[in-house]
Amino acid sequence: MQISGAQMVIEALIAEEVEVVFGYPGGAIMNVYDEIYKQRSFQHILTRHEQAAVHAAEGYAKASGKVGVAMITSGPGFTNGVTGLADAYMDSIPLVLISGQVPMSLIGTDAFQEIDAVGISRPCTKHNYLVTDAADLPRILKEAFYIARTGRPGPVHVDIPKDVTAQIAKFDYSKEVDLETYKPTTKGNTRQIKKAMEAIANAKRPLLYLGGGVINSNAAELVREFSKMTQIPAVETFMARGTLRYDDPLLISMLGMHGSYAANMAMSETDLVIGLGARFDDRVTGKLSEFAKNAQIIHVDIDPASISKLVNAHFPIVGDVKNVLEQMIPLAKEQVDPLRYTQWHNTIANFNKLHPLSYKEEGDRLKPQWVVERIGQLLGDGANISTDVGQHQMWTAQFYPFTRPRQWVSSGGLGTMGFGFPAALGVKRADMERVSINITGDGSILMNIQELMTAVEFKLPVINVILNNNFLGMVRQWQTLFYDKRHSQTDLSIQPDFVKLADAFGGVGYRVTTKEEFDAALKDAIEKNVVAIIDVAVNRFENVLPMVPAGGSLFNMMLEYKEK
Amino acid sequence: MEQTERRVISVIVMNEASVLSRIAGLFSGRGYNIESLTVAPIPDSKYSRITIVTSGSVRVIEQITKQLHKLIPVLKVYEHADLVEKEMAMVKIPMNESLGDIEALTHAYNGSIVNVGSDTMIVMVTDEPTRIGHFLEAIKRFHPKEIVRSGSVALER
Repeated sequence: MQISGAQMVIEALIAEEVEVVFGYPGGAIMNVYDEIYKQRSFQHILTRHEQAAVHAAEGYAKASGKVGVAMITSGPGFTNGVTGLADAYMDSIPLVLISGQVPMSLIGTDAFQEIDAVGISRPCTKHNYLVTDAADLPRILKEAFYIARTGRPGPVHVDIPKDVTAQIAKFDYSKEVDLETYKPTTKGNTRQIKKAMEAIANAKRPLLYLGGGVINSNAAELVREFSKMTQIPAVETFMARGTLRYDDPLLISMLGMHGSYAANMAMSETDLVIGLGARFDDRVTGKLSEFAKNAQIIHVDIDPASISKLVNAHFPIVGDVKNVLEQMIPLAKEQVDPLRYTQWHNTIANFNKLHPLSYKEEGDRLKPQWVVERIGQLLGDGANISTDVGQHQMWTAQFYPFTRPRQWVSSGGLGTMGFGFPAALGVKRADMERVSINITGDGSILMNIQELMTAVEFKLPVINVILNNNFLGMVRQWQTLFYDKRHSQTDLSIQPDFVKLADAFGGVGYRVTTKEEFDAALKDAIEKNVVAIIDVAVNRFENVLPMVPAGGSLFNMMLEYKEK
Repeated sequence: MEQTERRVISVIVMNEASVLSRIAGLFSGRGYNIESLTVAPIPDSKYSRITIVTSGSVRVIEQITKQLHKLIPVLKVYEHADLVEKEMAMVKIPMNESLGDIEALTHAYNGSIVNVGSDTMIVMVTDEPTRIGHFLEAIKRFHPKEIVRSGSVALER
C-alpha cells in the first residue's frame, strides 16, 4: 500500500486499536490533522493546551492499562508537552507522543517553530525517534507502541518532519517487532526465586513492600492472593494505592514521608522486605542508612537498573511482578506457614493503635481530610480519583478508601502541579461508567484550568474538588516547620470566583463551607453530569501528618505539630 | 565515602544517528564522569563500539552499566577487568629541537616520527594510558606546540 506519511500515522493508530487521541494541531503537524479530519476510526479530543493533552493521555493510560496517545505540533507545541513526557517517564506510564517537526530541509536553520525536539525529549523518554524517511514510519510507529508498553513501561516520542508526513511510501504494518538490542526480561530466575522463598519461609517479620510496578503489570489480584495465603502484611507506596483493598486486614497503609506510623515502623522492624515493583524512592526510604536496617531485601523489578540502585538487594529478581508471583505462589503454598506471623501481626496492630492515621475535627472550617473521607463514603468504588500535587494529594493518598488498582491516578515521581484535571479527563474517557473526581488544591487547579473547555466540549464531566486553604499548602507547611513561618509567596488570599469561573466555561460551580453543603454539591454535580468545581473552604493551617522530615529516618516521625 | 575506581567500559551500539548523544546525555544527566570516550564502527556490521573510561564507586559503576544497557540501541555492555588497553598520542614539536633526542624518547614509548615539515614535526606514540602520560611529561622539554590524545581503546584478554 503506497500512502503518505500522514496516512501512515492514521493507519498505524488504527492497527494499534487506538480509540482516542488527545492533541492540539499546529503548522508542522497539519498533514496528519488533515487525515484525522477524514477518518472515523478514533476520536480526537482537542485539549486547550499541549501539556494537558499529554497529561490526559497519561490519565487514560493509567486508568485503562492501554497505551495513551497524544499529538502536538513542533516548537512551542512540543515544549509545552515536555512536562507530560517527564511525568510519564518518572511514573512509568505507557505513552506515545507524536509531534510535528519543520521540514527536513529546514532542520538546523532556526526555522519558524523549530526546536531540537528529540534533543529535549531524550532524557525524559524511554526512547525517541526523529523520522527522516516515510518508509521508516511503519516500523518506527510499531516499535514506539511496543517499547512504550513492554518491559518497564514509559513514554516514547516520535518526531515527524512535515515533508515526511507528505512523502508517499510503502505501508506495511504486519511485520513483527524484532529489536535485537531490546529484549526485556519478564520471567524471574527460578533459582533466585527459590532462594527468596526460603528466606520468606524462614522470616519472622516479613513485609510486602508494594510499588507502582504491581499496578503496571496487572498483578494486584496475585498480590492479594499471595498475601492472603501467606498472611504476610503489606505496605503500599504512593504509586501502589489500590493494590490491596483499604479494609484488607493485611494492609498496614502507605509508607514514606507521609505514610502512617505503623507502616513506617513495620518497615523499620521487618526482618525481610519483599519489594514488588517498587524503587526505594527517597520519599519512601527517608535516610537510606537507617532504612529497613534489620532486614534482608528481596527485590522484584522488571528494570534491572532499579535493583540495588539505592538499597542493596540480597535477593535480586529481574522480572515482571506478575510472572514472578505466578512462579512464587505454588512454592509459597508448600513452604510458608500462615500461622507463623501472629506475633508480628500483634506488633503491627500495636503500632496502629499507638498512632493511627487521624485528624481532629475542630473549629468552624471543614477539615480537608474529612472531605476526602466523605467522598470515599459517598462514592467509594464508584469513583476514580485523580489529584494534583501538594497537601490535598497526600491527604487523598492517606484517607481515600481505595478498593482496586487503577482507581488512583496521581503524579508521583515528578510531582506535577496541573496534572490532575487533564488526567481526570483521560480517566473519564477510559471509564465513562464511574465518576471521575479530581481532588485538587487552590494552587494546582489554576495550572490547567483551561481544560474546563475541553471537558464541556467533549462531555467529560470531571468533578474538581478544591480543598481550598488559600495557600500553596505544602510549601506553606514546610515554611511553617522549617523556615520559621516565613510564608514567602505562598499566601493565595487573592483568588478567582471559582463558581463564576466554572459557569463561564459552561460547567457548574459550588462554594462549600459546611458538611451539608458539600454533600449537596457533590450530589448535584453528579446529577447535572457536566464538568464541575466544588470549591471547599477548608482549615487554612492544617498540616499533612505524620511526617518524616526530608532526609530523616522512617522511625523518627513528626506525629503532631504544636504552635510554638 | 565509597572508594572510586577507574573503569573501562565497552558499549556495543546500533550504528545509528543520535546514539552517541544518548550515551553522553546519560553520563551528564546522571552525574557520571567521562575520562575519555572513543567511538568507531565495527567493520562489516551495523554496530559501533564505544570505549568509555570512567571512574566511580562499585555501586556507581554498576549503575552506569545498567543504565547504559537500558538504552534501547545498546546491544552489549562490557565492564572490563582483565584487558589490554591502549591509547595513542600525537605531538607537534618545533623543528629547532634536537631530532635525535626526540627520536630516542619516542622509541622508548613504542612511537615514531610520523611527519616532518619545514617548521614542525609530528611524533606519534601508542601505549598504555599511564605510559602515554609519562611520555607527554617527558616530551615537555622539547616545547611541544600541540598535543592530542585519542582516548583509550580496550579489548578483553
